[in-house]
Amino acid sequence: MEKRVTFRGWLLPLVLIAPQVMISAIFFFYPAGQAIWQSLFIPDPFGLSARFVGLGNFEFLISDKYYRASFITTAVFSLLVTLCSMIPALFLAVLADRLIKGSGVYRTLLIWPYAVAPAVAGVLWLFMFNTRVGVVSWYLGHLGYDWNHVLNGGEAMGLVVVASAWGRISYNFLFFFAALQSVPRSVVEAAAIDGARFWRRFFTVILPLLSPTAFFLLVVNIVYAFFETFGVIHTITAGGPQQSTTILVYKVFSDGFVGQDLGSSAAQSVILLFVVGLLTVIQFKYIEKRVHY
Amino acid sequence: MKKHLIGAVAATAVLSPIAAMAKTEVHFWHAFTGRLGELVAAQVEDFNAGQSDYEVVQTHKGNYSETLNAGIAAFRAKEQPNILMVYEVGTATMMAAKGAVKPVYQVMAESGASFDPDAYIGAVKGYYTTTEGDMLSLPFNSSTPVLWVNRDAMSAAGVDPDSDMSTWEHVGDVLDQLKAGGEDCPLVTAWQSWIHLENFSAYHNVPFATQDNGFAGLDTELSLNGPAQVAHLSAMGQWAKDGKFIYTGRRNEGGANFRAGECALFTESSAGYAGISSEAKFDFEVRPLPYWKAVADEPQNTIIGGASLWVMEGHSADEYKGVGAFLSFLSTSDVQAAWHQNTGYLPITSEAGDATRASGFYDKNPGTDIAVIQMTAKQPTANSKGLRLGSFDQIRGIIDEELEAIWSGDKSAQEAMDSAKERGDALLRRFEQANR
Repeated sequence: MEKRVTFRGWLLPLVLIAPQVMISAIFFFYPAGQAIWQSLFIPDPFGLSARFVGLGNFEFLISDKYYRASFITTAVFSLLVTLCSMIPALFLAVLADRLIKGSGVYRTLLIWPYAVAPAVAGVLWLFMFNTRVGVVSWYLGHLGYDWNHVLNGGEAMGLVVVASAWGRISYNFLFFFAALQSVPRSVVEAAAIDGARFWRRFFTVILPLLSPTAFFLLVVNIVYAFFETFGVIHTITAGGPQQSTTILVYKVFSDGFVGQDLGSSAAQSVILLFVVGLLTVIQFKYIEKRVHY
Repeated sequence: MKKHLIGAVAATAVLSPIAAMAKTEVHFWHAFTGRLGELVAAQVEDFNAGQSDYEVVQTHKGNYSETLNAGIAAFRAKEQPNILMVYEVGTATMMAAKGAVKPVYQVMAESGASFDPDAYIGAVKGYYTTTEGDMLSLPFNSSTPVLWVNRDAMSAAGVDPDSDMSTWEHVGDVLDQLKAGGEDCPLVTAWQSWIHLENFSAYHNVPFATQDNGFAGLDTELSLNGPAQVAHLSAMGQWAKDGKFIYTGRRNEGGANFRAGECALFTESSAGYAGISSEAKFDFEVRPLPYWKAVADEPQNTIIGGASLWVMEGHSADEYKGVGAFLSFLSTSDVQAAWHQNTGYLPITSEAGDATRASGFYDKNPGTDIAVIQMTAKQPTANSKGLRLGSFDQIRGIIDEELEAIWSGDKSAQEAMDSAKERGDALLRRFEQANR
């Protein structure tokens, strides 16, 4: 049964949606349209001339094996960031939910890292793992492990993932914690009376009830990993060593603003737009079906 | 604060017509902070105080890339400054931007300011002049790579600090001894592509790219995968594997290790002088950059890094007069000699170098003239005049990646440089397309 409230006439609904339409038009449709237009040209940096190349920029990108490799890097990176930020967040939320005393303090402390800007977080982690003065790398050295993310691609990836996921744990924690609080006590108690122990109750009763929140966080975290981790990568690795941490959005920046190749940069952002659009459609079409609201 | 701001705006609004009649403003965007920023500000103040026709307004616009980007964005918005500082890597981009920049030789001729292109040191000027010899931008801060030696670390490892390190062959022996003597960090470098490929090629008089390193045309291709470069990088790769060369990063991260006394040898810009002399708590020394005896009997000259000043199009004749006056002020011997002595950057005119020598500065600060000698000992050839490659910042990024593959042992030097050439050439072709 769906309830519908309908407006009489057109004027009022139009006026009401106008602000949102305008915001979308100015901050989304217009720049996106510009990017699509620019992706068809090879301009010089100063905007003195532009050569129309049709889909030439896209051909150039697709034939570049490093660009193709960047897709895999991005997929690995986003997956790891999403997992590393959601699983610990859920774990912490469950623990904080069980606390009887002092949960307010824990909650507040756990939310703190969210206030740290990605670039600052990047610098913090960089200092801890700095191959020369880092506390963590010094300790690892004592354990006999030679940490060098400057040359080791795997370590570099690990470091940017941890630095990106760290602040995000707080954000996810908040949502999981709120969702846990809204799980009806009666179902949990019923399961307890049936003899289910805590972890069994968690996996069979609580987790399914959290699925809408988990799904929402999945979408939001993937979008975060795609776009907002720029600051972390820029401060820690600048895409290196070799290209092991060059994710798609970082390449858009480095080609456009370091290399002044605005045509290629625009084409990359158009591709990125489609990739994220596609991902979101897939998520809503397939994963959402398994979510219980 | 707000009141103050409104007051300031009102004051500007009232005063500016009068000020504009009295003084022509010349806007100068640069990339210097800290000590260097102060020195630039002082130069500008001196110029403003020394005459009453023009007022130079200097603004810091971020690091080198950010300053270039700010200049480009401002040009697109038709709000470009009169003078823009551009690092040497952006030279080809600026040169190709006909209609956006006004060549310095033209500015000087029109403004009637005194200007003698021959007064500038050839190896510095060469980077910024056309093949016909016309100066396009004014060299501002230029440095060149040298070998820094931690004499205490050498002695501690039982190596004679006065060992001959004029050639890489000798350096190889010293590295063996340092390693055997228990030194954990025998050699580090800063700016690996600049020092170990770009300068390496010039110093051994082999091409880095075809078409006179890009000076003769946009249809240039990289030739950094030649036998000389590959031999050097193979040796470096072997040293990296043996723990004799320690890689610390793409920029000048190694400087921190060296200044802290952790490393024995350090290849870095001569402009590292300010930092090293103030921080190093050990006995240090500057040596000329080593060369391979097997490749060249004697070294050619090294090339520069740093930035030059570009004059932007689209301003009034009056402002260009001011620009001309300011640029000739910057080139005067006193200004240049002070700049050279304070920063470790090269003097851009031979006269400033002579003045510095005459003042006894080199005797008091031994080694500070090595960079000058290294650059000026020989007349630059087509291979050692400099580099003029489009998308060069990105190409350096590619080279950095490929060098990392050598240091980690993932690729041989030949494979890595072949790949760098292939990837770099693709970008050069795109640049050619964009600027045809």
